[in-house]
Amino acid sequence: MMLEIALELDGRNMFETLDQIFVTLKHQAVGFVPDAWQPLVSALISVALIPLVFATLFAFVTVFERKGIGRIQNRYGPNRVGIPLTKIRLCGFGQFIPDGIKSLTKEDIVPRAADQVVHFLAPVVLLIPVLLAYAVLPMGRNMTAVDLDAGVLFFFAVGGAVELSVFMAGWSSHNKYSLLGAMRAIAQMISYEIPLILSAVTVIMIVGSLKTVDIVAAQNHYTFGLAHWFVFTPWGLAGFILFFIASLAESNRTPFDLPEAESEIIAGYFTEYSGFKFALFFLGEYLGMFAINGLGITLFLGGWTAPFSFLTWGPSYVWFFAKLMALVFAFIWIRATLPRLRMDQLMNFAWKFMLPLSLVNIVAAGVWHFMGHSPLRWVVCTSLIFGAYAILGWGLMHNQKLGKRTYHFAD
Amino acid sequence: MSPVFLIIAFVTLFAAAAAMSLRNLVHCALSLVVALAGLAALYLQLDAQFVGFAQILVYVGAVAILIVFAVLLTRSDATPNQAILAPGWIVGIAVSAVVFATLGWAALNSTGLPKEMSPAPVATVKNIGDMLMTQYVLPLEVIGLLLTAALIGAVIIAMKEEPLSNSGRSRSDGASLSKKSEPPHVGSYGSEKEGGGV
Repeated sequence: MMLEIALELDGRNMFETLDQIFVTLKHQAVGFVPDAWQPLVSALISVALIPLVFATLFAFVTVFERKGIGRIQNRYGPNRVGIPLTKIRLCGFGQFIPDGIKSLTKEDIVPRAADQVVHFLAPVVLLIPVLLAYAVLPMGRNMTAVDLDAGVLFFFAVGGAVELSVFMAGWSSHNKYSLLGAMRAIAQMISYEIPLILSAVTVIMIVGSLKTVDIVAAQNHYTFGLAHWFVFTPWGLAGFILFFIASLAESNRTPFDLPEAESEIIAGYFTEYSGFKFALFFLGEYLGMFAINGLGITLFLGGWTAPFSFLTWGPSYVWFFAKLMALVFAFIWIRATLPRLRMDQLMNFAWKFMLPLSLVNIVAAGVWHFMGHSPLRWVVCTSLIFGAYAILGWGLMHNQKLGKRTYHFAD
Repeated sequence: MSPVFLIIAFVTLFAAAAAMSLRNLVHCALSLVVALAGLAALYLQLDAQFVGFAQILVYVGAVAILIVFAVLLTRSDATPNQAILAPGWIVGIAVSAVVFATLGWAALNSTGLPKEMSPAPVATVKNIGDMLMTQYVLPLEVIGLLLTAALIGAVIIAMKEEPLSNSGRSRSDGASLSKKSEPPHVGSYGSEKEGGGV
C-alpha cells in the first residue's frame, strides 16, 4: 500500500533525508493516531495532498500560461496583481486570487431549457476521474498514492469517463454549440486515445508490467552517466512523440482545440456554464493535462529519476515536477505558436498517420526486445520506424498538391 | 456480506432499475453507465483488478458513448408519452420470480456443483497475460478475427456506394458547368491550392 517502507533516518546522508522528507513527515503524522485508524489516516493524507498540490499548481500555471503566451505574442501578460493589500506585485503571479474570487462570486446561470440534474453533474463527473488518475502516478521515490497491479490500465480506464462528462455537459445544455462542441470533443478524444494507448503499450511490453512503480524502476539505471530513459531508444523516442501529440489532443489544447474553438462555437461543450462550474471545467482540463503529462513522464522520461548519474542527489519529487513543468511549458509554447487544425486534418492525422505509425512502433519495440544487446538493434529499429514514417508521409502527401500559398490582398 | 458490497450492490441495482424506468432515453443510458460502473466496482471488490478496469475502459469509456451517440443520432428529443410499463407487468414479474426460484432450487439441490468454495486463484495481470498467450491463444485469435471482420463489415456498410460510371460522368460534367457559370470569386483569401495536409 501507501509509502509503507520504514525509513531509518540514522546513517543516511542529508540528500536521502531531503528526498524522503514528505514520506517521513507523513509517517510521523500517522504515528500520532491510534493503530486502528492508521490506514485510514494514511490514505486520507495522501488523497488530500493530490488536490492540494495540483490545484495550487493549476493556479500557478494559469498565470504562467498567460504571461508566457503574452511574451511569445509580444505583449504584456497579467503583471499587476501581487499580494493583496500590499504594494508587492510578484510580476503578476497573484492574478489567480482575484480570478478565483471572481468565479466563486459570479452568478451561476443554468439555462431554463437545460437538463438540470445532468447539467449539474457534468463538472463533477469530469473532476472525479481526473483526480483519480493521479492515484497511480509515482511523483517521487516511495511517493505513489496506490501502487496498483494494473496501474497504467487504471489510468486509461478512468480517463474514459472524461468523454462521458463532456457528453453530459454538451447534451444537457440544450444548445447547438454545446452539442457540436461535445460531438467534436468525443470524436477527437476517441480517435486520439488509440495512438495514446498504443504508444504506451511499447513501454509495457518492454518492462513486462503495468505497475507504474516498476516502469520507473526499469528506467532507473545509468550507462556512462546517462539514464536509461525509454525516450533514449528509437522506439521510445517515436513513442514519446506520438504520446505527446496524442496527449495534446486528449487535453483539448491548441492545435487540437476544435471542441472549444472560440471563433466557431463560442466555447464548445461548456458554453452554458458560468461561475464556479466554468472554473471547474477549467480546473478539470488543466488537471487532466498535468495527469497525462505525468503519465508521459512515468512511461518515457524516467519518472522521478535524474537524467545523469551525477545529478542523482537531487530530490526525486523535484525531478518529477521539473519534468512536468518542462512539458507544460512545451504545451504553452505550442499553444502560442500553432494555429488550429481543420476537422478533416485532425481525423486524417489520427487515423492515417498516428495509428499506423504507433502499430509499427510496437513491432519495433518487439524487435528491440528480441535482438538482445547487439548494437545492430539500434540500426534495425531506427530504420523500421523511419521507413514507416517516410512511406506514410510520402503516401499521404504526394498527391495533396501543396504549393506556396498566395494571398490576394495581403501582398 | 460487507457493507462495501451492500452499498455497491444497492447502487448497481438502483441504477439498473432507473435505466429501465426513466422516460428520457439519454437519462436511461447514463443510469446504465452507473450500473456498469457498479459492476466494475464489484469486480474490484473481488480483487479482480484487470477485469474491473477493463470493464470501465470498455463499457464506461466506449460502449456508453456508443449508446448515447446512437440515441442522439436516431431519436428525436421528445420523450414518449405512453406508459413505461407494459400492461401485463405483474404477470411478467410473477413468471420471472417463478423461473428464478426454480433455477435457484435446482442449483442448490444439485450434486454436480462442489459445495465448498475453491480457493481464489491469483489473478495478477501477468498471469492473465500468460494464460491468454499460451493456453487460451486460439480463442483470443478467433475473437480478434471476429472483431476484425465486424470492423470491416461496419466500414463497408458505412461506405458510400460508388456511383455508376455513366451517372458519375454526367454529375461531374454538371459540376464543372456550374463552376464555370459561377462568377469569378474575387473575395477569396486563399488560393485554390490550399488543400489539406494530414
